Amino acid sequence: MSAARACKAVLRRDLLLGLRHRAELANPLVFYVIVASLFPFAVGSDTPTLAIIGPSVIWVCALLAATLSLDRIFHADFDDGTLEQLILARQPLVLLVGAKTLAHWLLCGVPLVPAALALAVLYQLPATALWPMLSTLLLGTPVFSLTGTALAALTVGLSGSGVLLALLILPLYIPVLIFSVAAVGNAMNGLSIAGELYFLSALLVLALTVMPFAAAAALRIRLG
Amino acid sequence: MLERLYKYAAPHQFFALSRALTPWFGGAAAALLAVGLAGALWFAPPDYQQGESVRIIYVHVPAAWMSLFVYVVLAAAGITGLVWNVKVADALARASAPLGASFTLLALATGSLWGKPMWGTWWVWDARLTSELILLFLYLGYIALQGAIEDTRMAARAGAVLAAIGLVNIPIIHYSVEWWSTLHQGPTITRFDAPAIHASMLVPLLIMALGFKAFYAATALVRMRCELLESECNSAWVTELGSGGK
Repeated sequence: MSAARACKAVLRRDLLLGLRHRAELANPLVFYVIVASLFPFAVGSDTPTLAIIGPSVIWVCALLAATLSLDRIFHADFDDGTLEQLILARQPLVLLVGAKTLAHWLLCGVPLVPAALALAVLYQLPATALWPMLSTLLLGTPVFSLTGTALAALTVGLSGSGVLLALLILPLYIPVLIFSVAAVGNAMNGLSIAGELYFLSALLVLALTVMPFAAAAALRIRLG
Repeated sequence: MLERLYKYAAPHQFFALSRALTPWFGGAAAALLAVGLAGALWFAPPDYQQGESVRIIYVHVPAAWMSLFVYVVLAAAGITGLVWNVKVADALARASAPLGASFTLLALATGSLWGKPMWGTWWVWDARLTSELILLFLYLGYIALQGAIEDTRMAARAGAVLAAIGLVNIPIIHYSVEWWSTLHQGPTITRFDAPAIHASMLVPLLIMALGFKAFYAATALVRMRCELLESECNSAWVTELGSGGK
């Protein structure tokens, strides 16, 4: 089987499995919306304050929701032995892992975008904030999935891997958080957001080139 | 020359070398730190603006230098262990993590003690402080991963991948944090601005920095021996060592 067909098969399988377990997919999203709507209770319903903290809250909660969904990338496959078969396959592991990452982004990353836009409305952010929110999320969530795949591979099969994974990954998300929130803030002040989008794109390209290899190496180590 | 160095990649050879070297590094550390502290606490003049509080810097700056230095050593040793299968390098990486984390914590704590009289606050979300804090998080993540994987060999290899990812991210985090902080706070406080510091302050500082390096070398060697004994506990040379042989 050619590498392209193998990748397509892995992608198809992961998407299908994800769609058959809709509750698992929905949980991080529900968590996202619940956590983000806790803040007004703590901060108060004062509209200007909410508009100021809104972008940061929406982004930080997106980080947490993305972290929650990472465990599922390899967990079931590790338990039933599929992961070993992937490592033994003749096709390059990097590409197969890349297909799994893509599936994770489509299932867990992309749904964060409409949820974030809905939250932006709840926080009464101005309409100027919506486009930067959308574009930064579309650039940022694949970085989460790529970095997350590598670290999920490192911690696969460990007891208590969920919290450990969060410890390892949250510091690495900081650059994405900084540039994304800065972009939204700039847009709300009527400034250009091109610089931030370039930085985010650069981070995405870097993650695309490095992380699949790190993930493949990590899987070989953990299952080797 | 190189072949003589290769010899020490073997755990039992390195063990003997480490035993021989530890007193030298330990002695050097004690001497340098004693001389450096004397210079820093008595002979160096108080700063004309910062007064006596400037003496904290003699511990703070070397600790901050070491925090980054040790992370680079950790990542380099980890990658060496991963690529060339050198057990001694794995031991160095694992031994360095708690030491580096301690240096980072020391830099943060002393910086905070210095910040209270100077800036009037224990903590500022300044770029340097923030990246140091994130460095501490990276160390803690590495240590947590080592704790989670029972097989030390696999833990070291997994740690190497994590440290490599961290090493790529450190400059990105550093510059994005710097960018963030200048964006939000305007000009931040710079230490050691333009004029070079006077020799009466620079010399104790450099002696302290060397003392910290020697201290790190000595403690890392001791910790590496423990790591090696633990990971090699089934090999002949450890058994021989345990039964009283040299």
